[in-house]
Amino acid sequence: MRKRVGKKKTAARIVLFIVALLVAAAFIMPMLLTLVNSFETQSELSSNYGTVFDPRQSMSEDVNLKLIPDRVTFSQYGTVLLKSPDYLYKFWNSVILVVPIVVFQIVVALLAAYGFTRWRGRLRELVFFVYILLMLMPYQVTLVPNYLVSDWLGILKTRWAVWLPAIASPFGVFLLTKYMRRIPKSYTEAAQLDGAGGWIIFKSIYVPVCRTIILSLAILLFVDYWNMVEQPLVLLKDVDKFPLSVFLAEINSGEQGIAFAAAVIYMIPPVFLFLYGEEDFVQGISISGRLKD
Amino acid sequence: MKHRIKNRISEKAFLLPSFLGVGLFFVVPFIVVFYYSLVEGQLGSRFVFLENFKALFENAAFLLAAKNTAVFSAVSVPLAVVLALLLAGLIESKIPGKSVFRVIFLSPAVVPIASVVLIWQVIFHYNGALNGVLGRFGIARIDWFKSEYNQLIAVALFLWKNLGYNMILFLAAFNNVPKDVLEAADIDGAGALRKFFKIKLRYLSPSILFIAILSLINSFKIFREVFLLAGSYPMEGLYMLQHFMNNTFGSLDYQKLSSAAVVMCLVMAVVIAVMFIIEKRFGKDIEQ
Repeated sequence: MRKRVGKKKTAARIVLFIVALLVAAAFIMPMLLTLVNSFETQSELSSNYGTVFDPRQSMSEDVNLKLIPDRVTFSQYGTVLLKSPDYLYKFWNSVILVVPIVVFQIVVALLAAYGFTRWRGRLRELVFFVYILLMLMPYQVTLVPNYLVSDWLGILKTRWAVWLPAIASPFGVFLLTKYMRRIPKSYTEAAQLDGAGGWIIFKSIYVPVCRTIILSLAILLFVDYWNMVEQPLVLLKDVDKFPLSVFLAEINSGEQGIAFAAAVIYMIPPVFLFLYGEEDFVQGISISGRLKD
Repeated sequence: MKHRIKNRISEKAFLLPSFLGVGLFFVVPFIVVFYYSLVEGQLGSRFVFLENFKALFENAAFLLAAKNTAVFSAVSVPLAVVLALLLAGLIESKIPGKSVFRVIFLSPAVVPIASVVLIWQVIFHYNGALNGVLGRFGIARIDWFKSEYNQLIAVALFLWKNLGYNMILFLAAFNNVPKDVLEAADIDGAGALRKFFKIKLRYLSPSILFIAILSLINSFKIFREVFLLAGSYPMEGLYMLQHFMNNTFGSLDYQKLSSAAVVMCLVMAVVIAVMFIIEKRFGKDIEQ
């Protein structure tokens, strides 16, 4: 009897494992194919994908997905990195847009989260609730106010129009406040008895304790803003200042090889950060789920 | 005493940069947006109350975008919650290589959409991989992007991107289910299904609420995939609210933009409030 139950359990585990393998294969396939394609020669890509990227080709042949290229070449990467300044320039645009947002949203959020944690006033919950509401509003709602202010300030079509609202964005404040509220009071009691002021407590107790959550927030923000599309489209408008996340889709037929290589290069920073700080990324996501406590 | 007052002031000062930013870029302009939605013309101050909203609801583009977005969210949000819960259960079950699976399931969340758009084109094109596979089973070709099934593609892309993130939220929530309650159920001889529906689901209900809200917000971001695949004017079934907003930004019609933003804000507020109420009823008896 017991043996049978054991067998049943093993069988269930094998089925679950196979399901997991299939799901994993489907999840990873797009990245894998992009990577493989970036090492294929342009002529091989053209013959594999013919009509998909080049509507002028009249033949109606199916695409030919390959996991191993006929000939591995690095020439696409050479072209992107050395000969085709457009892609590199747009990559640089992405860096200039995203890095200041990540750094300064964290600075502003650290200060504000500390402020919220120490604030004992009656209004605190109400104000924090406004932050949560703003955090939950989609871009379709928040971009209109952002646009209006950028217009008033005369920063529309400059990078400031993307930077400033993103730096003020309430997500970081929410995440860090959730974390700081769980820091026991005993951590600060001794410092307070010594007469340490707010700044000292902030700098030498709260910030060091928050080290890992700061890393989590940094990864979450980087991944999110590296992928931005709506804000540059509406607030920048200027194609020259577009990040690669918007530009990559505008490839010319006959340039797919380069585009695949650029796509891989564009994936590298967030994927690297993710693999480097997977635990922290997961922790950040987990804490972002504490909407109610 | 003096010292304390100084301390209180200095601790409020920490909030200042954020208050300035949130006030300047979100709160104040939103009040102005609300005002714009009620007046006529950009500089005009004549109150027309609901005229702008009436015009908005007679606007064919807005109605199409609102309908498409609503249908898309109504289909994809429940799927994103249920399938993520199943994935989390899969990770929690005793299979080998859990941590590898977790990384793989989460990886689409970090890959920029722009980087995989080319592959989506290869898969869903008329001569693409999907039709190739279906063809082998004798199923007729569909031009996915142009057919009435194009919302299905959007749902698939959305799930691919968002399931991992939701799964992590569920995995974190599993820790909130008290072990002793589960053990007590074990002793009473409750089966796995019964335990799941009678116990786990109740403790998970706040997380389900949050994941549903998050998925709802993220479902509005499907615009990115659609825009990168099909540009500013996609096929009818994929014309989303953000398309409408972007194209209205192009013509700078403040009344239209403002009233659309106010309507969406109200809809979001109502949907979120309803979700909160449902969750409160469902999870009531476990909250201390």
